[in-house]
Amino acid sequence: MNWIVEPWPWYVSGPMIAFIMFLLLMVDKNFGMSSNLRTMCTICGVGNKVAFFKFDWKSQKWNLLVVLGAVIGGFISSHYLITDMAVAINPDTVADLNALGFNSAGTAYLPTELFDTSAFLNIKNILILAIGGLLVGFGTRYAGGCTSGHAISGLSDLQLPSFIAVIGFFIGGLVMIHFIFPLIF
Amino acid sequence: MRTLIYLCIGILFGITMFKSEAASWFRIYEMFKFESFHMYGIIGSALLIGIIVVQLIKRFNIKSFYGEKIHFSPKNKSFSRYMFGGIIFGLGWALAGACPGPMFALIGAGFLPIVIVVLFAMLGTILYGVMRDRLPH
Repeated sequence: MNWIVEPWPWYVSGPMIAFIMFLLLMVDKNFGMSSNLRTMCTICGVGNKVAFFKFDWKSQKWNLLVVLGAVIGGFISSHYLITDMAVAINPDTVADLNALGFNSAGTAYLPTELFDTSAFLNIKNILILAIGGLLVGFGTRYAGGCTSGHAISGLSDLQLPSFIAVIGFFIGGLVMIHFIFPLIF
Repeated sequence: MRTLIYLCIGILFGITMFKSEAASWFRIYEMFKFESFHMYGIIGSALLIGIIVVQLIKRFNIKSFYGEKIHFSPKNKSFSRYMFGGIIFGLGWALAGACPGPMFALIGAGFLPIVIVVLFAMLGTILYGVMRDRLPH
């Protein structure tokens, strides 16, 4: 039973994601997580001010249930399906991150410098998380999907728009880590 | 019944995101550094199987569990919205180390500061909704 508490290798995780996409198709739905952000804005009443959010959110209830499930899944795995939270990244990556000031690299699931509860007390950390979230939310709606909607669902259907979006994801990610990280960390 | 199905699919998804470490900020950083095959293996194998599954569904006209025709909606043809939107998303993905699926699994795992990421992702979505007509699509 050791494999349950060990991190899943890519050849278990990848097929599992494809299986999840398949299950959603088989219940007449499409795999895509980011549209939930829009639905949540609608529920908060943004539709009264901005037309983009004026739609019947109940049609998206199924997807909110998937999100709720994801929260529960995160709870279950972190409490019962894992013994060692350390993510065994490449030692070269650990060295890079140490040099940038991330001393938790290789010993934690998320950098404690950014995600420990004490991060709430550091204005720079709050700004990093806030700007990161803002870019994710803006970008994903502008691009019409995120990693699940484009990189998995869209590309599986060989859609050119998704291919362009995924190239964009990588350009953005590479620019952030190779050019912007050295400036902010 | 359907409620339970969606919830269970979500639970499976959350567990997969957490256990695959795709929800780890470190794995995203490592991926953009090209220092591990892990994330490429996950996305690549999911995609390879996904392509085969979609092709099989289309070729053999496989019906859903409820007997409906499985519908794939083609995305609108455009370049700028996908490229610009994609780049903006990528910048945020690398900075926050979480995309819209994993960020919810991380809430469940009890990493409280991720709530800031989710709230601002909602704000970013609102910002897009406000600026939509002025952006090239």
